[in-house]
Formats: sequence, C-alpha cells, structure tokens
Amino acid sequence: MAETVISVEHLSKAYRLGQIGTGRLVDDLKVWWAKARGKPNPLLKIGQKDHGNRDGETIWALSDVSFTVKQGEVLGVIGSNGAGKSTLLKIISQITAPTSGCIKAKGRVASLLEVGTGFHPDLTGRENTYLNGAILGMKKPEIDRKFDEVVAFSEVEQFIDTPVKRYSSGMYVRLAFAVAAHLDPEILLVDEVLAVGDAAFQRKCIGKMGDVARGGRTVLFVSHNLGAVTTLCHRTIWLDKGQLRMDSDSSSAVEAYLGQRKRATRKSLSDRSDRTGSGEVRFVGCRIARECGGSEVNEFLTGEEVFIHIDLEARSSISVFVGLQVKDSLGRKVTSFNSREGGFEPLLKTGMNRLVLHIPGLLLLEGQYSIDGSVVRVSNAARCDLIERIAEFGVYPSDFCRTGSPFRAYHGVFFHHHIWNGPNSETVNVTSERPPAECLQQPHLPTDSAPLTSAEQTAGVERSTQ
Amino acid sequence: MTKDEGTKDVVAAVAADTWSLIIRPHRRWFDLKLGELWRYRDLVMLFVRRDFVSVYKQTILGPLWYLIQPLLTTITFTIVFGRIAKLSTDGLPQFLFYMSGTVIWTYFAECLTRTSDTFVLNAPLFGKVYFPRLAVPVSVLISRLIAFAIQFVFFLAFMGYFAIRGANLQPNWWILATPLFVLMMAGLGLGFGIIVSAMTTKYRDLRFLVQFGVQLLMYATAVVYPVSAIPARFQPLLRVNPMTSVIEAFRHAFLGAGSISIGGLAYSFGFMVVLVALGAVIFNRVEATFMDTV
Repeated sequence: MAETVISVEHLSKAYRLGQIGTGRLVDDLKVWWAKARGKPNPLLKIGQKDHGNRDGETIWALSDVSFTVKQGEVLGVIGSNGAGKSTLLKIISQITAPTSGCIKAKGRVASLLEVGTGFHPDLTGRENTYLNGAILGMKKPEIDRKFDEVVAFSEVEQFIDTPVKRYSSGMYVRLAFAVAAHLDPEILLVDEVLAVGDAAFQRKCIGKMGDVARGGRTVLFVSHNLGAVTTLCHRTIWLDKGQLRMDSDSSSAVEAYLGQRKRATRKSLSDRSDRTGSGEVRFVGCRIARECGGSEVNEFLTGEEVFIHIDLEARSSISVFVGLQVKDSLGRKVTSFNSREGGFEPLLKTGMNRLVLHIPGLLLLEGQYSIDGSVVRVSNAARCDLIERIAEFGVYPSDFCRTGSPFRAYHGVFFHHHIWNGPNSETVNVTSERPPAECLQQPHLPTDSAPLTSAEQTAGVERSTQ
Repeated sequence: MTKDEGTKDVVAAVAADTWSLIIRPHRRWFDLKLGELWRYRDLVMLFVRRDFVSVYKQTILGPLWYLIQPLLTTITFTIVFGRIAKLSTDGLPQFLFYMSGTVIWTYFAECLTRTSDTFVLNAPLFGKVYFPRLAVPVSVLISRLIAFAIQFVFFLAFMGYFAIRGANLQPNWWILATPLFVLMMAGLGLGFGIIVSAMTTKYRDLRFLVQFGVQLLMYATAVVYPVSAIPARFQPLLRVNPMTSVIEAFRHAFLGAGSISIGGLAYSFGFMVVLVALGAVIFNRVEATFMDTV
C-alpha cells in the first residue's frame, strides 16, 4: 500500500476584494490615529460602512478543502476559471500562505507554474539553465550532471552560448521547458505548462510527463485540457467555487465536470450575465431548426436548409441592426449574418420580438460551430447587446454530390458551389447536375404563429408566441 | 542519477515517517529558515553572478565602471567640497579623504537601495516559484561586497601612491577591524533595506523616498566632512546616526586622522543587530502573504 505523501487538511484561503488599506501611509496613519482616539474613520464617505480600515469584501478562493495524495499517484485538478485550482497550487508550493488549515508533505516539492521563471534576457542559454535550475531548487552538481540532457532535449545546442534575448520565442520556451522537465523532485506540481511550443514539442512534453509519472513520482496536474487529464492522471479532484466537489477516478470526475459545465452554458439566454451593451435590446432566445418554427436541432448536414430563430426583448420601440457571427471550434470567425449588410433594419416593438434567419443551404463543412450575437441601435450605432455562444451546432459530412465520398473537415471550412468541365464533362460533372438540392428550394414561410401582416412577413419580424 | 536511483531516493524520503514540510497559516516569529537558505546557496551564488554579469553586458567599459564610479564621485567631491567649499579634511589629502568615505558609504547605500526593491522587482518570480526569499537580499550583499572589494583595492592603490608622494598617512592596528566595519555597513544596509522592501509591498512611495533619502542621509553622515568639523555640542547628534562612527573609524584605521569612539562603535553595532533582527521578523511576516498584496 502506497504511503500518503501529501495531506491537505481543511485548507481555506481568503482574498480581500478591492484595495487593502488605503494604499497610502499617510491615510492609513490617519485612520489608525482616529481609531486610537475612538473617533470614526475620517476617510469614509458619509453613509459608507466601516470595514475596519479595509474596503472590499472577502472571498474564499478555497474553503475547507481536504484530500490526500499517495506516493506515485498522478492527481488531476480540474475546475472552471476561479475555482481555486491555482490558489491550491500556490499554497502547496509555498508562494502564499493559507488563511487556515494546513498541508503536510513528504519529500521535495517543486512547482512548475510557469516555464522560464527568472530567465534573464542578457544571460546566455547556459547561464540561464543554471540560474533557472537553481531557482527551481536544483543544486549545481545536479545541473552539471543533467546539463547535456537538458540541452539535447531543448534542441538549442547551437545557441547555448548566445544570450536568450536573441532566441526565437520557440527556442526560449523549449529551453525553459527542458530545464523544468529535468527537475527530479519527489512531488511535482504542474500548472498548464504543457501548452507550449509547436505540436511536435508538445508531444515530447506529454511524453516526458508520462515518464515522470511512471518513474514513481507524485504529480499534481492542474489543467483545462481534460483529454490530458484523463490520459495522464489516475485520480482527479474537481474544485468548484473553492470547494472540493468530487474526488474520484479521472474519467468519472471529468464526466461529471463536463455535465455540469454543459448545464451551466445551457442556462437560458435571458439569465446569462456574460454580455455587454446597454441592454435596451437583449437576446433572450435562439433556436436553430430545420423548418421555420421547427423544434431545436443541433446537428446538420452540409447543404441542409437551416432556420435560426432569434428572440429579442426590447425595452422600447427601436430600430436595430442584428448580427450573428459564426465561429468554428477554434474560435475563428467563419462567416457572419449581418442585417445591416444584408439590407434589413428590424423595427422592434416593446417586449418580445422574433427574427427568423433563413439559410437556404448551409455550406459549412464538417465541424463544431457556435454563434455570437450582437444588436446595434441604428440611430447612434450604440451597442445594445453582445453575447457569445447564443447557439452551438455541429455539421456532419453529407454526400450531396452523390460521389460516395463526401467533403469532410480536412477539406476546409466551407463548400463552394462549383462545376467541373473537361473533355468528358458529361460523365464527371456531378455538381452541375445536382447542386445541394436544398439550395434551390424557396424559403419557407413562418408556420407556427398567428397570421402575420404582409409587411411583417417581408420584414421577417414575427410577433412572439410567448 | 538514473531513474532507479531516483525512485529509491523517493522511497527513502518517504519511508521516514515524518512530514518534511508542513505549511501553516502563521509562522513563528524568528523562523528564518536559515538552514533552507544554506541549501539554496548555489542559487545565491548564481544570483550574485547574474547581478555581476548582466549589469555590464553590452557596455564598452564593462567592469571598469566599478572603478569609474567611485573615481568620478571622489573627483567631484574634491572639487566641490574641497576646492570650492574648502571643508576641513582633518589635514588629510582631500582626494584620499573623500575616496575613503565614498568607498565604504557606497557599499552601505547600494546594499540599502538594492535590497529595498526585493519584493517589488521580484514579484513575477516570487509569484511563480518558491525559494527562500532571503536569498535575494543576501545575494545583493555578496555581489555588492565584491564591488566593494574591487573599489577598496583601488583605494589602497591610491593610498600607496599618496604615501610614496610623502603624504602624512598613519595607518594603524585598527585596520584589522576592517571586516567588522564592513559587516556593520552591510548589516545596516540590509536592515534598512529589508524593512523598506517589506513596507513597499503596501506603500510604493517608499521607493522614491529611498532614492533621495539615501543621498540626504549621506550629508547627515560624516562622508564629505570630518566629525571634528562639527561644533562639539552637535557631535553627539551626529553620532546618533549609526553610520557616522563606522565611517570615522574606517578613516582613522587607514589614514590615521579623526578619532575612534569605542562607545560610538558599540552603539552602531547594537543598532545594527537590533535593526537586522527587526528587519528579519518583518521580512518573514511579509514573505508569507505578500503575493496577495503586491
């Protein structure tokens, strides 16, 4: 039975929001002097509450977290931003002290919260290797012994006696990671540093991490890369708002975390607060369907007809431009549907309004896409609402050219109408014979609502059914 | 180390059923972790090397600046205070008088100003990795000590030159106490420096204060004038400043002028010890949580 090498007991850490003290010695002294005489704080504005010389409130980055790690275990730490993952590592690596609770550890702890910590631009690669190694806790003989290995790993042999400020950023990161990767602590804390360098180097890094784990060392690995967590870690803890939400084997923890995250993003649009703009008009609903008024669909085939239903809530009658930006899974903007450029200026009524965007043939190739929405007031171009990911959908390859081999993700991002011609074009010309069938269809008219006036139909504005 | 050996080490470290590291919210007051600092001595030496090497990279004169700085300062003092203001130098050659003061004062001033930046300058580093924070100020003391040694030898060379020219110099046995003088200057610089560094995590104003504060302090110390030039009733006031006695003693040891005040030196030494202890306690307190405030 492996022994416990890290024991975290009822660990809590509080941070004070806002400024601590007044930031000026003179003012702090004034406050202190007033207090000493039993007078109220002279710097407080009338009606302001006295927080005891400190403004702002306390937030608990970690509260009552307890867990243990056994020797040789690779423990993943997951959680959304601000869940306390980094705070936990900072406390274990002694960068900051906990507010209460304690941590006990056996063996040398080394933390890798960043690569290249302490690199000095004017020093050569060799000098920096020694300096960085020592900062990370290695002794000089240890670095001497590993020096050649480090240099070979980093692939910068030629430039090892050149000041690192002349390095390309790739070389810099490679050398920095190489030093860190050759640390030999009993307990290693890693925070998201694997996302460095080019793809080949990343593979090398992941491999090195695996070696470290197999070498019997204990590793705490904080990451957003859930794939890496599942493959590298035996066990995973899930932190949620500073609390330990789950402590189990990696796949179930990741699954539970993903499930919760999905529920969080599926929160109804009207409740979401991660938006900017005046709020005069807000996105409150978005539904993608195969028919106008149809039920929600998240998966489409290339070439299919798509209807995007958008519900906008307006505080007053207002003329706006609406824009939808389609982004791929890497966050690159693929295309946009802007009513300004598209020649449509919706005049919204107070309350709910529905817009329907009709895409006769979806020409995106295989991939995951998301839509960001924005509403801008026509009169002064002021932004009313901007919100990311109002809808997400996947596109799957379809064999609409009937060749038996559909266009796929690696063919690019979108399908372009095209016609092949040549000596034997009668037989090879497929797309000219049958372009995506749906493209030829007439747009459907709204069907799921009360009859619209013809003016409303041409404007595409529909009274909300809610 | 092969992988097998490494694994064995791990097992060995774990086998002893004691926690090698316990992190608690508060530390004991005098828990300075000097043992840990000793384990990180390679890091201290590498910091020293970095300070030394990086400062004069891409300069034409390189390390010669260590000589040019005191030389130019001394020449300036000689002209301004010696020739123009005609301040007394206790009958010593003006050049040597100012140089002796400058060399040892510079060591103190550099120790102070450079350690006072410890937390602010190293915040990015301290925020990412743990090592004993005292390694930084200690490395400053050492790298400045090397600079001091170079300048001190330079001073001895000038002393020799003036002696050959027949100046009336009377070096005496107090020379043997030089390490003590240097230690006191280092301690005073370190003490003031780390107190300021701990306070600058909250109040950045102190950094600006240190900049010219040190300069003002020089005029309140017997660097450009001898204590004997001050009216007798003000002399005790001047000796409240712990640096004064050290500088006077240093000058007396090498040049033979001025006076040695055992009482003054004892006072300075006591002051230094208290200051360093106080500084260490404050530093230790701040070290634990400064990342949340800086």
